[in-house]
Amino acid sequence: MKTFYGTPLSNPLMLGTAQYPSPAILEHAFRNSGAGVATVSLRREAGAGQTFWQMVRDLSVLVLPNTAGCHTVKEAVTTAHMAREVFDTKWIKLELIGHTDSLQPDVFQLVEAARILTEDGFEVFPYTTDDLIVGERLLAAGCEVLMPWGAPIGSGRGLNNEYALRAMRAEFPEIPLVIDAGIGLPSHAAHAMELGYDAVLLNTAVARSGDPVAMAKAMKLAIEAGRLAYQADPIEARDMAEASTPVIGKAFLS
Amino acid sequence: MTVWSIIGAGVAGLAVASELVARGAKVQVFDPGGAPGPHGCSWWAGGMLAPWCEYENAEEPVLRLGQMAIDWWAKRTQVHRRGTLVVANPRDLPDLRRFARRTEGFSEVDDRKITLLEPDLHGFEKGLYFDAEAQLNPRQALLDLSHQLQDHGVEFHHARAPTGLDHAIDCRGLHAREYLQDLRGVKGEMLVIRCPDVTLTRPIRLLHPRVPLYIVPRGDGVYMLGATMIESEDSSRITARSMLELLSAAYALNPAFGEAEVLEIGVDLRPAFPDNLPRIRRLGPTIYANGLYRHGYLLAPALAKGVADLALDNKHSEMVDEDRT
Repeated sequence: MKTFYGTPLSNPLMLGTAQYPSPAILEHAFRNSGAGVATVSLRREAGAGQTFWQMVRDLSVLVLPNTAGCHTVKEAVTTAHMAREVFDTKWIKLELIGHTDSLQPDVFQLVEAARILTEDGFEVFPYTTDDLIVGERLLAAGCEVLMPWGAPIGSGRGLNNEYALRAMRAEFPEIPLVIDAGIGLPSHAAHAMELGYDAVLLNTAVARSGDPVAMAKAMKLAIEAGRLAYQADPIEARDMAEASTPVIGKAFLS
Repeated sequence: MTVWSIIGAGVAGLAVASELVARGAKVQVFDPGGAPGPHGCSWWAGGMLAPWCEYENAEEPVLRLGQMAIDWWAKRTQVHRRGTLVVANPRDLPDLRRFARRTEGFSEVDDRKITLLEPDLHGFEKGLYFDAEAQLNPRQALLDLSHQLQDHGVEFHHARAPTGLDHAIDCRGLHAREYLQDLRGVKGEMLVIRCPDVTLTRPIRLLHPRVPLYIVPRGDGVYMLGATMIESEDSSRITARSMLELLSAAYALNPAFGEAEVLEIGVDLRPAFPDNLPRIRRLGPTIYANGLYRHGYLLAPALAKGVADLALDNKHSEMVDEDRT
């Protein structure tokens, strides 16, 4: 099993902590999801979210702070430093937003910020597109994990470009790959795992569902199913039917 | 006769006092802040009595307990029963559908019906109309309650409550957190603007995937724009981003809001427990009533009834989660 900067994840679900109806529901959802990692945003309200952050620490899972809402390298680097202090971790999910409406990552700034942060000892989880060259540049900048989007953040559209995500898996067989953003349904999460991705990061699909606790469980089961299916080497799709029982010897001509 | 000492004269404290007095109890009120004013978070509330809209993102008690609020308040202050209109920009219609699935008590309205309800709203093709919802003016409601209580001979002490009170009811919101460890503050920011060019006659909620906001008419062209919900306990400032979001929402409802005069900026912390539902706790001689979160005016009547049930009849309503006398 691949590790994330040396840390293995027994449950490859990274679950966000935003937008739940209440902290109590957030906690139940986490317990039900078995998520191995909690992502948390620091951008809003520098320093004043202590009570909430303590709740996140109390979930007793690994914390992956993020730079959500940052539009420039400078903002992202500052936020990363704050996150390291608040959560006492080298992990940072690097998010550099290039466009307010699509929340599409600005990959040029992303590579630059990734280099600055890895040189500074951070372990960077970059939220990127499915572009292979950007992936290469991020690895060259020192990243040891890549997190391509499935679809724009919060859109719930699933894996928009399966071809590109397959190509990425094939291009970086040794690198832990995480589908980050765009997951709306458990089937999307299963799909990502079936392609051989190593983890799935999601938030809105659980937090904004009608019953986040139940949806968290559904995601957990789907991810487990998808991973088992990938390990089990699924059959190839084909154009012709293939009978599962032999026809020779049957009186099929009678 | 027992004298109940209410500590804190925000919406929780005054509602509890009012309910106790209505049941024939004798009360006195302590609040070092004096008369209702900007020092309490109740001052900055929206005053929407909207249990069906709130139910979209809250647990069942908010819907059930909130429904008694409209009649409770109507006996004590002016309540406007003109319903709530929920709209979304065309590109955010999935949010409107989700909202509709998660609650009840509305009818679907199209652009013609929206224009009939609110002629100054433009560009909205679909909406939800919650006709049974109501609103009040929170500041007027606080003043009305305090005047009624004074008329009933209730004494208001503009001072901290003395320690060791025998029959105390602590309604201090976040100030009581040293006794209520699981209480937290949730930051809210709001604006009061004046824009006589726009006439809206009922609370309007504008759905948005990231920043859902509402606008409440206060009369005379004055509107309250609210409110952000941020897991932060810094009530010292509003951020530029929040102000942008609030004003953009108003502008989206009607571009004439661009000409509005900004009258007030409000920032405060809502007291909340982990499930965002209110609680009543009796610890020794003190009853704590707290955690109204963003439902101050909506749930204060139910909270007040629960406190009166416990204090006067030793009855444990569903909000009582601890009783150690």
